[in-house]
Amino acid sequence: MADQPIQINPNENLMTPFDAGKDSCGVGFVANMKNKKSHEIVEQGIEILYNLSHRGACGCETNTGDGAGILLQIPDKFFRKNAKSFNVNLPAEGEYGVGAVFLPKDHEQMKTCEDLFTKVIQEEGQTFLGWRITPTENVEVGPTARASEPVMKHLFIGQSKDTKGQNAFERKLFLIRKRVENAVAASNLIEKSLFYVASLSCRTIVYKGMLTPGQVNSYFRDLRDKDTESALALVHSRFSTNTFPSWDLAHPFRYIAHNGEINTLRGNINWMHARQALFETEHFTKEEMKRLLPIVREGQSDSATFDNALEILVMCGRSLPHAMMMLIPEAWTGHATMPQYKKDFYHYHSCLMEPWDGPASIAFTDGRIIGAVLDRNGLRPSRYYVTHDDLVVMASEVGVLDIEPQRILKKGRLEPGKMFLIDLVQGRIVDDVEAKEAIAKEHPYGEWLKDNLTSLDKLPEAPHVPEPDHETVLKRQKAYGYTHEDLRILMAPMATNGEEAIGSMGDDTPIGILSNLNQPLFNYFKQLFAQVTNPPLDAIREELVTSVNTTVGPEGNLLKPTSESCRQIELKSPVLDNDELAKFTHISYKGFKAITIPILYPVAEGGAGLAKSMEEVCSKASQAIADGYQIIILSDRGLNHDLGPIPSLLATAGVHHHLIRKGERTKVGLLVESGEPREVHHFGLLLGYGANAINPYLAFESLDDMIRRKVLPADIDHKTAVKKYIKAANKGIVKIMSKMGISTIQSYRGAQIFEAVGLNREFVDKYFSWTATRIQGIGIQEVALETERRHRGAFPERPSRELDLDWGGRYQWRRDGEKHLFNPDTVHKLQTAVRTSNYKIFKEYSKDVNNQSERLATIRGLFKFKKGNPIPLEQVEPVSEIVKRFATGAMSYGSISKEAHQNLAIAMNRLGGKSNTGEGGEDDDRYIPEPNGDSRNSAIKQVASGRFGVTSHYMVNAKELQIKMAQGAKPGEGGQLPAKKVYPWIAQTRFATPFVGLISPPPHHDIYSIEDLAQLIHDLKNANKYARISVKLVSEVGVGTVAAGVCKAHADHVLISGHDGGTGASPLTSIKHAGIPWEMGLAETHQILVKNRLRDRIVVQADGQMKTGRDVAIACLLGAEEFGFATAALVAEGCIMMRVCHLDTCPVGIATQNPELRKKFTGKPEHVLNFMTYIAEEMREIMAELGFKTILEMVGHSELLEMNEAHTHWKAKGLDFSAIFAKPEESKLGPVYCVQKQDHGLDKALDNEVIIERCMPAINDKKPVKFEVPIRNINRTVGTMLGAEISRKYGVKGLPDDTIQITFKGSAGQSFGAFVPKGVTLRLEGDANDYVGKGLCGGKIAVYPSTDITFVPEENIIAGNVLLYGATSGEAYFRGKVGERFGVRNSGVYAVVEGVGDHGCEYMTGGRVIVIGETGRNFAAGMSGGIAYVWNKTGDFEIRCNKEMVALEGLEDEDVKLIQDMLRKHQDYTGSTVAAQFLKNWETMAKQLIKVMPVEYKKALQAQKEAAAQPASVA
Amino acid sequence: MGKPTGFMEAGRELPHKRPVAERIKDWKEYYLPMHPDHLKTQAARCMDCGVPFCHQGCPLGNIIPDWNDLVYRDRWKEAIERLHATNNFPEFTGRLCPAPCENSCVLGLDVYSQPVTIKQMEVSIIDRAWNEGWVKPQPAHKKSGKKVAVVGSGPAGLACAQQLARVGHAVTVFERADRIGGLLRYGIPEFKMEKRHINRRMEQMQAEGVEFVTNANIGVTVPIEDLRKNFDAIVLCGGATQARNLDVPGREFKGTYYAMEYLPQSNKVQEGDKVENQIHAKDKHVVILGGGDTGADCISTAIRQGCKSLVSLELLPQPPENRPADNPWPQWARIFRTAPAHDEGGDRLFSVMTKKLIGENGVLKKLQAVKLDWIPQPAGPPKMQEIPGSEFEIPADLVFLAMGFLGPEKNPLFEKLGIELDPRSNVKADANKMTNVPGVFVAGDMTRGQSLIVWAIAEGRKAAQGVDKWLMGETSLEASL
Repeated sequence: MADQPIQINPNENLMTPFDAGKDSCGVGFVANMKNKKSHEIVEQGIEILYNLSHRGACGCETNTGDGAGILLQIPDKFFRKNAKSFNVNLPAEGEYGVGAVFLPKDHEQMKTCEDLFTKVIQEEGQTFLGWRITPTENVEVGPTARASEPVMKHLFIGQSKDTKGQNAFERKLFLIRKRVENAVAASNLIEKSLFYVASLSCRTIVYKGMLTPGQVNSYFRDLRDKDTESALALVHSRFSTNTFPSWDLAHPFRYIAHNGEINTLRGNINWMHARQALFETEHFTKEEMKRLLPIVREGQSDSATFDNALEILVMCGRSLPHAMMMLIPEAWTGHATMPQYKKDFYHYHSCLMEPWDGPASIAFTDGRIIGAVLDRNGLRPSRYYVTHDDLVVMASEVGVLDIEPQRILKKGRLEPGKMFLIDLVQGRIVDDVEAKEAIAKEHPYGEWLKDNLTSLDKLPEAPHVPEPDHETVLKRQKAYGYTHEDLRILMAPMATNGEEAIGSMGDDTPIGILSNLNQPLFNYFKQLFAQVTNPPLDAIREELVTSVNTTVGPEGNLLKPTSESCRQIELKSPVLDNDELAKFTHISYKGFKAITIPILYPVAEGGAGLAKSMEEVCSKASQAIADGYQIIILSDRGLNHDLGPIPSLLATAGVHHHLIRKGERTKVGLLVESGEPREVHHFGLLLGYGANAINPYLAFESLDDMIRRKVLPADIDHKTAVKKYIKAANKGIVKIMSKMGISTIQSYRGAQIFEAVGLNREFVDKYFSWTATRIQGIGIQEVALETERRHRGAFPERPSRELDLDWGGRYQWRRDGEKHLFNPDTVHKLQTAVRTSNYKIFKEYSKDVNNQSERLATIRGLFKFKKGNPIPLEQVEPVSEIVKRFATGAMSYGSISKEAHQNLAIAMNRLGGKSNTGEGGEDDDRYIPEPNGDSRNSAIKQVASGRFGVTSHYMVNAKELQIKMAQGAKPGEGGQLPAKKVYPWIAQTRFATPFVGLISPPPHHDIYSIEDLAQLIHDLKNANKYARISVKLVSEVGVGTVAAGVCKAHADHVLISGHDGGTGASPLTSIKHAGIPWEMGLAETHQILVKNRLRDRIVVQADGQMKTGRDVAIACLLGAEEFGFATAALVAEGCIMMRVCHLDTCPVGIATQNPELRKKFTGKPEHVLNFMTYIAEEMREIMAELGFKTILEMVGHSELLEMNEAHTHWKAKGLDFSAIFAKPEESKLGPVYCVQKQDHGLDKALDNEVIIERCMPAINDKKPVKFEVPIRNINRTVGTMLGAEISRKYGVKGLPDDTIQITFKGSAGQSFGAFVPKGVTLRLEGDANDYVGKGLCGGKIAVYPSTDITFVPEENIIAGNVLLYGATSGEAYFRGKVGERFGVRNSGVYAVVEGVGDHGCEYMTGGRVIVIGETGRNFAAGMSGGIAYVWNKTGDFEIRCNKEMVALEGLEDEDVKLIQDMLRKHQDYTGSTVAAQFLKNWETMAKQLIKVMPVEYKKALQAQKEAAAQPASVA
Repeated sequence: MGKPTGFMEAGRELPHKRPVAERIKDWKEYYLPMHPDHLKTQAARCMDCGVPFCHQGCPLGNIIPDWNDLVYRDRWKEAIERLHATNNFPEFTGRLCPAPCENSCVLGLDVYSQPVTIKQMEVSIIDRAWNEGWVKPQPAHKKSGKKVAVVGSGPAGLACAQQLARVGHAVTVFERADRIGGLLRYGIPEFKMEKRHINRRMEQMQAEGVEFVTNANIGVTVPIEDLRKNFDAIVLCGGATQARNLDVPGREFKGTYYAMEYLPQSNKVQEGDKVENQIHAKDKHVVILGGGDTGADCISTAIRQGCKSLVSLELLPQPPENRPADNPWPQWARIFRTAPAHDEGGDRLFSVMTKKLIGENGVLKKLQAVKLDWIPQPAGPPKMQEIPGSEFEIPADLVFLAMGFLGPEKNPLFEKLGIELDPRSNVKADANKMTNVPGVFVAGDMTRGQSLIVWAIAEGRKAAQGVDKWLMGETSLEASL
């Protein structure tokens, strides 16, 4: 089936979002610093590309790559040699431009494009020289790539005499390209999508295509010609989550190659559109400028868009580094040590444009300079070598080129926010400080700021708005739909604790569109979040990269910066209190003028009235801009009996998009004064759809009212309440942003990181343009109706009692409140059924859950099975087969009790299904079967970001290893175990400190991209080759694309979770508002996998509030062959949905560690067993009805589902599920369930080829072995399979120390020594990439340079980022500096290192780390255990340390002994001269050592000591 | 909300009862008020469940966790607002309801059996509210111009009337007895609920515009046509007052009475009326048939009247102390319960069936009964079987029949209006509590059959909602059914 190309049929109405996808990849360059051109550079570029292969991917065809390419200086020598053959008379070098052009295959259409060029070239006064067919050889290229292969030609253009200088010529070429692109786009050519200009420049040329890295060289014959010479080669290998063929999306682009993702893309594009109306520059005439637009074309990838933005800045006069600094600024706001001039530069430019935010390693060049930058948080690895003979090699990994140690002058790494720049013209590396200083001092930015930028506090005070009385507040609250719950559960905790409220057990209420209650418009939007392709940020532990600063005011001309460009008002928070807003309302300061536009409408006029009022508001906004106002305040104050509020989100987004379309948006600041927003989700949406700032006045009035009514604690007065509420709101907003990997409010604003669920296309297109909405739903009529109903509640004609708020019932069940699927009836019936083994009662339960005829709860509640061809029940596979496909959800030991956790394991093991450890590890004794044959061993062992208890032994005892990328209840966030639940036995299993709360990092620190995930999958497969590797994702738009990437990354299994999954603890906003139902995510996933013919390589599992056999049947028809249950399984064993898991007060002994409460647990394995059996039985009944004998037969038969028209709910009737039910045409081509095994390539691993065999004497007989092996960067995860063999045989104890000693020479690939257990000592002479010693569990690792080197080891980089992540025991020694996040989540390893990057010892909970070198910023963030000793060489360690959880202390006697001992070992293992120096001059050197001691850990150690000192009691 | 660990720190505690010796000397209520500090501790025991089963267990849908929390936080005024939102008369239910909520309280799970004292919380909240003067009339903002007749002034009728008056209808309540209150007035003895509570509510309702007409037996002394003519809607709330009789030889002897013949007379005396030939237990041997609440009321009444001996007989076996396996939480627990009356004296015999009444000269003297065996059946409820030779006799001057009710009394107005009844002779109603006759509604025991006071109030509220919707086309009235 792989010989049919994948093609998109536009008539197929699939869930598939046909967006351009996102890249992650390998990037690198090689250059001769002195600009010496050679063919060798080209060859080295190709070699780098080849050695980065594992960072790219291919789809169902191994010979169709995601894209690869190379950017070179124009190979003049080569072209000149061949010029005759293509009949072009070449001018002198540099006086002609070359275009690498992709053209339609159809001859006519090709000609049309070519003619366009000829015409435009002439019009722009340049000389058309001719075309050359680019020689390509596509024999090795796969069918899908070949099917969409364009014709490739080189275009030659001569510089006219009138065009002076290369820069001017480049501008002309740019203009020519833009004009032709626009003309082709506007044409009606059928194959116009094939047309693309890869490059058109007099300096550089790009060779790229939908190729594998290995194919680049063979495809382009030019590259193999010895006369093809360049002084630089920029290469890129693409691993795309975009799953459909595209040649143009390969990198490099004209200026950049990008490894990363722009998370704020939608906002950046919108702002760029808005801004371009103001563009004026001396470099182009007004007429020319018009022809250049649009700057950014729709439908490109993020990298391509970024390239467009960079290009216009450069073309209009900024230097390439300057433009890069604008697009990807450093985190400057909270930077303690950044020089003022640089801060001023960034501060000033933040008034011009928002950052393009997201993880990024971007290599850039214009042919004369070449360089690279890293995003502010350093989320992509980038390492470089400089040699004595002027060669510079930069790549995502070290070891991509074989360079002898003695040639190396320096080994370095890109640092977060730093620029690595080589000026080939000057022939030198320009240091980051030097480069930026020159740029930052170009203009007196500091003075400009002082003169023009005003902060809010400096504005004159305005009259105070008086507080209304209780009755008025109540009336307003009614009108805006406040409920008792909003006040009590959401707002009171914000105002009291300055934090969002925490909840548990997920969400079993309907999404907005299905709810009977009047929903605020906010509730029709779901937050998007990062998973796999880019990491969420850690806004808690890595707060320093985030910023809530924002400005209000008009923007100037981006292309022509002046001092006036920063005439804006700066805010410290996007949420304004009432007095702050008043300052704006009454502003008369430096020419600022503000106007308030009411957003009220006559409610009686319904949808038409609302639409009309929206039009009026929009035109008033435009008029205000015309009248010279720079600040518009949209206000819904003043509602009365007739006038109700336009939903604030509708007003904001509507006006924002109106102004973008008009090109007016950047001329004005948009403030929202509304009574409606009150929770974090609301603020996030308003900002996400364009508000500059929000004044939620009624929220504040409500707080006042609560203070009056003594609802808030006595010590909370107005000022405190408002302050804390705003603090909580800001924290919440930052959390919403960080889930998507966005770090500043500035770039989040307008980024529209949401998916609409249940709004119709027309409505969304009009007011929320570019937002995904896939199942249609309500429009303006219904929105108006819900507003009207709320309004009538505030102004009732005949009230039945005093005005009172509704209950809500969204968080806790209330009879008159929101529907909950788990309610007193269903909980009781389910428990009675499983306890009394009564299937009849179970059927009553499932009927209650499934029957949603009166009140909807789930999307699937609206589905109906079509009539099938029924078969007798006996023909359907038995229950015993079906239950093997069942799993319980990941619930950690820690979040739930030992009893509850083991009960699930025993039950699932009896059934042959699978239980899941969750992310809390598992006690060893559970791997030993019980005398009665039961097993308490969880088949699925989860590997989550906290890596609790993840050791080699843990993994070899798994049947499945599950990587938790996201969790339904809180996608994009880490798990949290509240301090009170960290009892000693839990701390022990998790290698943590008792009664210190555990927060798992939001991202896996070894997964910032899809290729990183591929690496972890590879690591885990090495750790247990018998286990299947699973990746858990959460439904959102694009999850299918991610799943395809996961499949390409060789996962055996993917789990698609719904948004509604349970949890022990999560912010309520996340439980309710992030992610979408699994029905949508699963359908998308299945469709995309089938479409890309990847479905047969991977098992698909679905979970998320599955409760009945019908749920399972629907999941199966939508494409799942396995099914998970968590909440319902807990209810079966006794959970009564208290939703107090986070409080440790679970009264049925499930979600608690309290020994007294655990005694109350009454669950039995039989209860869970009964539940699973009944589900399977019910499933069988449906299978028989539909005519399926087996689950596999049934998978993906979505055509058997239809919408149940019987449900006539007024809101639901607009829903359209046809995309969910659609079946891709490719379904016919073969099985649509997993039939083939992934090729993990373990046979090629160094462990299998060499190591294990040579270690057999040790493995078999514990005989010591010692040997040497060469190593390269393509040798990844070395030592892990060896470790697995040892763990399998010797269990948790491993072998005696140093039984196996191996010395490697060279550059090790990623994950060197991962999960190596006791008894193994690995020495590496050379250097290493990322993740050395990941999960180290007893082994020893030493990395040191070869003795041949000429550089100073402690000044150079020896290993990459995220070393010793989640390591639990062992030793590690690094002779040199290492990258970011050294020792993250280390819980037991003793390590010595000679310098670390940012975030060192983050989340550490145990072990000892000695840093005898420099440290980066944010050291010890979230460190709750272990001890670090740091050499405070420069005396400024204190400002680099995050002291939230640690204290800095002097050394004590026991420290001295320990340090000396570790340093001695370090010296022995690595030959460290630094260690020697310390030991030699101990008395003086020791004074410079600082002890970093976690406060709580110290207490715990003290307690342990005291306990040990107690005399043993006489028994 | 509440105190997360409250339930782990304190056990269930009920208010103290007045000592038996003291209380049987008067007719005042059994219970002493509870100190606010104790209430607070008790309220803190509420776990604020994610799925509050109590809230489901209460037919009125009282938002129990909310007011528990408000008591815990000393926000009593809001507590009464929250309580009144679902319950018109918490002072009635707080005294008289058997509290199914407590049976379904999560702290009543088998392992705890220590439910929150919800009923105590309820009565404390409303008593305090009355004392503080927080309970005020809530007259309608606007009159609807419609008139509604409510027939019957028991809890269903009163709740219905209050709801309807508050949305602006002119409501008249008709009561066949001489005082308003129905069973509340004449069925419930003073020591369970002092009648001042009813009077206070009547004052509130009158201030809200409700008119009360007593001694008006609709369909008998007042023609139903008058009501049809003068009112836009009628709500029948006549109760299920047809008591179950005892069909044994000797029933005719003087001395056997329905409990509802006996108790009202005593209540009238408490009201200050004189009752000719009052059935009085002084110095009598009293036997009570039926072990329910009415039986208990008879016990306390007879003891206060100074009976010589007292025995109550129950056909069914004595229930277990703890929940049996087939009766799990959160169901109503069929367990052995002791009412305050049972502490005051007399014997309780279970599994006993009356065989005959023996009299002399037309006057009752003895009661003959037989012991029963209850034989479990493979399917269905156990069957009873007399134990041969276990017959016994007890002295009996007075026998009170407290064996439940069969349904509404036969009323000529049913026939006159053509009202359909269900097979159990209750009045049939649609989802809005309207009978088959347009404009005629029904609520309470009359349609549901003998039931609890909470159901009656819930019924009355539901019928009010139905009436309002029927009269006005829409309604803002809430109902929990």
